[in-house]
Amino acid sequence: MSAWFPFHGGVKTVRHKTESSQRPIQPGLLPSRLVVPLHQHVGATAKPMVQPGDRVLKGQMIGQADGYVSAAVHAPTSGRIMAVDQQPVPHPSGLPDWCVTLETDGEDHWIERKPLDYRRLHPSDLRNAIRNAGVVGLGGAVFPSAVKMNLSGHCERLDHLILNGAECEPWMSCDDLIMRERAAEIVAGIHIMVHVLNPHQVLIGIEDDKPEAIAAMNAACAGTGYQVCPVPTRYPSGGAKQLTKLLTNKEAPVNGRSTDIGVQCFNVATAYTLHRAVNHGEPVISRIVTVTGQVAHPQNIDALLGTAFADLIAQCGGYSDGVERLIMGGPMMGFALHRDDVPVTKATNCILAASARELTLEQPVMPCIRCGDCVDVCPADLLPQQLYWYARAKEFDKARDHHLFSCIECGCCSYVCPSHIPLVQYYRYAKNEIWAREKEKQQAELARQRHRARMERLEREKQEREAKLRQKAPPSRAELVVVPGTGISERNG
Amino acid sequence: MRFRTVTSPHVLLETSVGLIMRRVLYAMLPGIVALIWFFGWGIGVNLVLATVVALLAEAAMLVMRSKPLASHLGDTSAVVTAWLLAVALPPLAPWWLTVIGVLSAIVVAKHLYGGLGYNPFNPAMVGYVVLLISFPREMSTWLIPHGLGQPHTLTLLETLQAIFGTAPISLDALTGATPLDVLRTQLGLGLSVTEIRNSPVFGIVAGHGWEWATLGFLAGGLWLVYIRAAAWQIPVGMLSGLAVIATGFYLVDPQHYAPPWLHLWSGAAVYGAFFIATDPVTASATPRGRLIYGAGIGMLVYIIRGFGGYPDGVAFAVLLMNIAAPTIDLYTQPRVFGARQR
Repeated sequence: MSAWFPFHGGVKTVRHKTESSQRPIQPGLLPSRLVVPLHQHVGATAKPMVQPGDRVLKGQMIGQADGYVSAAVHAPTSGRIMAVDQQPVPHPSGLPDWCVTLETDGEDHWIERKPLDYRRLHPSDLRNAIRNAGVVGLGGAVFPSAVKMNLSGHCERLDHLILNGAECEPWMSCDDLIMRERAAEIVAGIHIMVHVLNPHQVLIGIEDDKPEAIAAMNAACAGTGYQVCPVPTRYPSGGAKQLTKLLTNKEAPVNGRSTDIGVQCFNVATAYTLHRAVNHGEPVISRIVTVTGQVAHPQNIDALLGTAFADLIAQCGGYSDGVERLIMGGPMMGFALHRDDVPVTKATNCILAASARELTLEQPVMPCIRCGDCVDVCPADLLPQQLYWYARAKEFDKARDHHLFSCIECGCCSYVCPSHIPLVQYYRYAKNEIWAREKEKQQAELARQRHRARMERLEREKQEREAKLRQKAPPSRAELVVVPGTGISERNG
Repeated sequence: MRFRTVTSPHVLLETSVGLIMRRVLYAMLPGIVALIWFFGWGIGVNLVLATVVALLAEAAMLVMRSKPLASHLGDTSAVVTAWLLAVALPPLAPWWLTVIGVLSAIVVAKHLYGGLGYNPFNPAMVGYVVLLISFPREMSTWLIPHGLGQPHTLTLLETLQAIFGTAPISLDALTGATPLDVLRTQLGLGLSVTEIRNSPVFGIVAGHGWEWATLGFLAGGLWLVYIRAAAWQIPVGMLSGLAVIATGFYLVDPQHYAPPWLHLWSGAAVYGAFFIATDPVTASATPRGRLIYGAGIGMLVYIIRGFGGYPDGVAFAVLLMNIAAPTIDLYTQPRVFGARQR
């Protein structure tokens, strides 16, 4: 397919992908210690299933999916559990989270792997298997894939299944490399998605600056009817909504889901892990991580989950000069970490060690001059400068009326702002304030209901007591003795 | 190893308020060169004087408001305001006229309303209107453009002497009415447009000398739009608004109403459309709103020129639409991604 439908706005950013995309994917070295977070996905934290001292095998489940929107967590290699406690994790808050610490034994001994014949499985059994294999979206959002492979209630059948290989963030090349090297396995994963979702059409969107990946995917898709669609290189074409618009000219409704318009979108690396999980019985225990920027040998590493960032940096030859920020994700949407002893999770698509050469150092913030450059680049068609004024003035209702929650935080507005205002930060702040207020309101409502229920219960008990007293002939006062301190009356004698 | 944590995005486009402001200054150069060619050194003296006064006033206000001097003075927004005003002043305006105009613009219209980004009214136009209302005689004393047979071309020294109040020669012989002034007074005397246009003051299209300055500002303005330093919707809206209403009246009675090309090409129409109305702080900020905002200015310009008390109306029209901009923005929000087609 050659035609595509442009989305509004977006920016042309620096690319810097060749730094890391020149070498093939390298296997990650086996570290002596892995720290595996139990919360590597959107939804409920996995429930730990192991205790310190337990021996585990590679691929053994160590955290159980807790509920529908959740995913299991597995031991990335064989070894002994050292601890189940709170450890530093890569999160913008810098707060620690529950992790399983594993001392590796170097044997890398697999648990028994059971491939599944997905064609014979009931879809709900297949979804359970996918949840138990820990398959989540590897584009960075880590939403449990099992949930997305259930259409019930939204539409009968998908119009379009979209595979996202756009990878629009600068510096990042993990999806590029996995498409080049593992195209056949990605397509095998797509077969499983097609079996469950039954789409009319399968579209694979790839930015046109990745000709090798496009060629590899075209070759792997030959005879399947899946269409590889090159899309123009323009950030944020890899946003699910923007890619959907590019490929189908459909817009996911405000406050709705993509399935409302008959579309579901998965990252290409997710399709790969789905194939490994179903056809080989291997749960998600590793992922491709781009390690780039100021390191001696930028490259992509197939890293075990739980490997410390510092270990990957060391495998790439260590830091070069002047690293100012350590960024997880790309420079447009990724967040800066303050330490490098945090573990790789399913969300870690890229580690960018950035010096002043890779990033723009902080500039003095000037007042907004309402130039409207942010309006021109906003892919959600918002009025970013208006949202900024409202967030600044704490007029959150107005911000919501101006569709604050349609903001995908892509950062295009901040990128072009001549006054260097950290616009996205204001939107995050406003969203958090609104969420906090809603939570407060809900809690107040809950407290009110509890209070009312309690008053009703007290009133009811009082009436019941009085009714009981009326039923029985009341004993004369002289016969009752109150047991001190209890409020209980006893009949004397 | 500890690293700095800063919020995303971590790369930014190389741009700044100062860059945008300097580009506006560059874009004004062709028009300024044409004005100096036809009206002499006075334009240049006014520009220099206005720049110096603007920078001093800006620095004083920044110090009083405890704002960082380097970044705020370095954004050159004060220089832009000074130039926008100075270009609109008569070439031999006495020095105190320029000073009062610039101070009204920078001190009152800009800083007393909150400084860069917060002022509801275009500062340069506030300064201009203050002068126009307070000193109508000084503001309407324009030099006769070069090439229209003026008896004497002023040297730089004579120009300085005239501006600073020690003129050795009488200036009366050198000054005359602007084309829009001529049009206005002679229409009032009952002459027809055809008769009026025979005067050499009107040049090829819309005023000898003036039309070249207009061409210069058009070239600079188009460049600003091309590099996206100015929103295209505003000049397009303003010039179409002016053209539509002027064409309407012209078609009804071509002897009493000037043709649309005369309106578009004369006075401050083009200059205002590309340089004044496009001031982003005081304009509408939505794409559709900018078209409406521009069209409103264009129509008001015609109404003021045709039926008001002043020969040109760009300054008043811009100020009137400035105050309408927030309301226009409220009703012209773009359709959000994923919202139903309206």
